[in-house]
Parts: sequence; C-alpha cells; structure tokens
Amino acid sequence: MHAPAVDCRGVSVRFLSERRTVTALEDVSFSVEPGGFTSLLGPSGCGKSTLLRVVADLIPPSEGQMTVLGLSPEEARKARALGFVFQDAALLPWRTALQNVELPLEVGGRREMPQGAATPRELLALVGLAGWENSYPHELSGGMRQRVAIARALLGGPRLLLMDEPFGALDEITRDRLNEELRRIWAETGATILFVTHSVYEAVFLADQVLVLSANPGRVAALEAIDLPRDRDLSVRDTPAFVAIAARLRAQLGKGTH
Amino acid sequence: MTAITDPGLAATTREQSIRTAEEAFREEQRRKRLRQRVLPVIGIACLIGFWALLVYVLKVPTFVAPSPQLVAATLVDRFGVLMTNLLPTAIEAISGFLLGNLAAIIIATAFVHKKSLEQAFFPVVVLINTIPVVAKAPILVLLLGNGMEPKIAIAALICFFPTLVNMVRGLESVNPQSLELMRVLSASKSETFFKLRLPNAIPYLFSALKIAASTAVIGAIVGEWIGSTTGIGALIIQSTYNFDSAMLYATVIVGSAFSVLFFLTISLVERLVVRWQPANLH
Repeated sequence: MHAPAVDCRGVSVRFLSERRTVTALEDVSFSVEPGGFTSLLGPSGCGKSTLLRVVADLIPPSEGQMTVLGLSPEEARKARALGFVFQDAALLPWRTALQNVELPLEVGGRREMPQGAATPRELLALVGLAGWENSYPHELSGGMRQRVAIARALLGGPRLLLMDEPFGALDEITRDRLNEELRRIWAETGATILFVTHSVYEAVFLADQVLVLSANPGRVAALEAIDLPRDRDLSVRDTPAFVAIAARLRAQLGKGTH
Repeated sequence: MTAITDPGLAATTREQSIRTAEEAFREEQRRKRLRQRVLPVIGIACLIGFWALLVYVLKVPTFVAPSPQLVAATLVDRFGVLMTNLLPTAIEAISGFLLGNLAAIIIATAFVHKKSLEQAFFPVVVLINTIPVVAKAPILVLLLGNGMEPKIAIAALICFFPTLVNMVRGLESVNPQSLELMRVLSASKSETFFKLRLPNAIPYLFSALKIAASTAVIGAIVGEWIGSTTGIGALIIQSTYNFDSAMLYATVIVGSAFSVLFFLTISLVERLVVRWQPANLH
C-alpha cells in the first residue's frame, strides 16, 4: 500500500466570533504523495495558512477528515513526524542558533535523538550555517534566522515539513537563494514538504505539485502538476515551460478575486 | 588637474586617506565619550555652585538652608551616625525589595496559569495600590508594631505592583508563533512556561526591578517617619524638628546615594543576565 503523506477529505474550517462566522476553508480535498513537494498558492486570506495548521494539529477542522502519514494530525504531532517553519522565524532570542535548533530535544518528553538522525550541528551545516552556532538571533540576518528555523524543524528527521510563507519577509535575492537551497535540502532529506506561498514563481519553482486556493471562502481552485526537470536551478524560470505554467496559475488565481 | 598614473602609488594614497579618516573617526569617538562623562559632572557642579551662591548672596540663615560646604562638613564629621542610621534603612529596603518582588513574581505566575484568579484578584491589587504610601504606613505600624516589620512591609508593598504588572505582561506577551511551535513540539504547560514564558518575561522583570530598587528605599524611609528612632527616615524627622538643616541635607544625600547604588547594582545584574535583544526590537 502506498499511503499518501497528507490526505485531506472535505475539510472545512469556520471561525466563530460574536459578530460573524468566518468560513476560512470550505470542502477542501487533496492529497500529497510521500516525498512530494506541494505548494499551497493563493491570495492572502484564502486560508492557506489555516490549512497548514489543520495538518499540524494547531487548528481542528470543523468538518471533514485529515490524515497525516496514515495517522490523525494529533498522533502525527505527538509522534514528532512533522516539522513546522513559521512565517517569522520564531527563534527564541535568548538562545544561540545551536540552542534554538536543540530546543525540540528539551521539550515534549523527547530527549533522545532517533537513530541515525542528523545532529543539531550537522543540520546547521546542512542549511549553510556552519560556524554560526554560537550567534544569537539578533546577530543574524533575516535569511539566516529562517535557515536556523529550517534546521530546527528538520531535527529528528520529520517525514513531513510544513512551511508557512517562510521566505515571505525576505528580499528577493535572499529568497531566490533560499529557494534553491530548499530544493537541495528536500532532495537530501527526502522529506515530504507542504509549502505555503503567495508568490507564483516561488510556488512553481519549488514544487512538483501546486494547489491553488481561491479566497472567501477558501476552496481548491486548481491542482496542477509541475512538469519541470527534477534537477532544476533558478534559470528554469526563464524557460518557456515554466513561463507557461506560471501564466496558467496566475489566470487561475485571477478567477477567484473580485 | 593631474591624474595619478601609477596604480601602486594610487593604492598607497587611498590606503593613507582611509587611515587618516579612521584616525579622525576614532579621535571623534574618544572626544564624544569624554564629553558624555564630563558633562553630567559639570551639570551637578553648576547646581551646587548656584546653591552656594544663593545661600551666600541672600544670606539664608543656616536653620532654613545650609550652604553646600556646611553639608559636606556634616557628611564627613557625622559619617558614623549617618552610617549607623543607613544600616536599618538598607536592611528594610532590601528585605522589602526581595519579599515584594518574590510575591509579585509568584502571583504573576499564578495569574497567567489561571485566568480566573487574575480576574478575581487583580482589582483587589489595584485597589490596594491606590492607597497612598503615607496612608498605608500608619495602618501597617498598627498591625505590625514598631520594629522593622512594618517598614519592610511598606517597602514590599511599594515594589509589588509594578513588578506584578510587568511580570504578567512579560509572561503573556509571547510571540504567538513561538506558542504554536511549542504545541507542534508537544511541549507540556510547564515546559512552555520555563522554556518560553519565563525567559520572555526577564527583560520586563528587570525594568520593574529598576523602578522597585528606588521605590523600596522610599518605602522604608516613609515607614520610618512614623514612630521610629533609627533609620534615615527617623533622622530626617529629627533633624527637621531640630532645625539642623545641614544634617537634614546630609541625611537626604546619604539616602539618595544608597538608592542610586541599589539601582546601579540591579542595572549591572540586568546587563549580565539579559544578553539578548528582546524579540520586538528586531
């Protein structure tokens, strides 16, 4: 049996408040193959971050079924099968880069590293921060902080990496470089990645599957397989194939907006 | 205009001009640092000079206001008396500081853990805080007698409120994404408290402790105004009644100096403990 890494069936999320009820997601269904890289693309307010939080067991679905690595989101979270990278790096400012990466070993009753998993130092080297172990977050640039956050999310070798617009606040040059590095990290770790973004270019460059969400309420507008070479660098963005896919997705995004 | 044709010569000239600029910059920095130290001293000297001038020109009688020279002489001559009176005040202020802040930290922790506790008792705390210190003092003297206890209690009460408010804020104003991170990591409530909330509150705690360092001394002194025979507060009352203005001023200076020392100690500890920049400064 070839179970999907994420299987989402008819998931709706509603937020209740005194004034009104907001439907963030309505009847969303999709699945992600193990080892796949899926981008969740949509305008702001389409519920893509909410969808990621349903996968991570941070928000319960109002309706529908979410299966993560064959488990419920809660079981997957407790088994430390997921890593989460937030929009702002969410590093603890009183800890050095290395201590931030080590945090998962100090909480949640999980002091042992799984057999063969990369050590915190190795993970910092993997994200290109060898030599920065003892720096505090305020001494690092925005891009470096986000690298530390990725290393922390990779600790313990999670099978699913959830990323919520991790490069959204970075400048374009840094973002491009981190995009390339993320492809490399994905290839090296073999983890399944679910990546939220509102950039069409980022979504297409990174993923092998793009899920387009429309806003108000968040629904699946399109699911597009990205047929680009697996071994790609940034120059792929200038190829006709890439431009055609990006144009198609942008048209899909345009449909949903009023 | 003559162009420099030799590239080697051009490089040396550039290096030289960089070095000259660097030296000028460093000289400027040195001067700035010196100015920062000297200017406050000049300010205080001006104040004392103006005071001396006023007393001399207006021929102010000594029982109204002393000249600075007289105060300085009193500080030296009666140094022993001043120090024996500083000791009880210092003990009261420091004990009150420790007690009040410890209670504030514990209660803030309880408030953050149980919201209903905060809702029930925070208004009580605010109510007690609205009573002026001079009104609290007699109540506590009646309750606790004439020893050091009421003074410690007043110093503790005066420290308590700012620390409680700051501590609650520090424990609660945690980055929401960090809280989500703790949840993704399945951290327990106590792990989230010790790994996230408590360290997050430390800078907030220190800004409260710096306020408390000076207010604790004020609390102890005000406590000594009511039925006390020793301490800086008692000395202030005695010298006022004796029209011993020089002694009054000397006592005030000793009390202030202790306050400043206390404040500086807390600032030093803060600098040693808080080596990071709070997240909201990013």
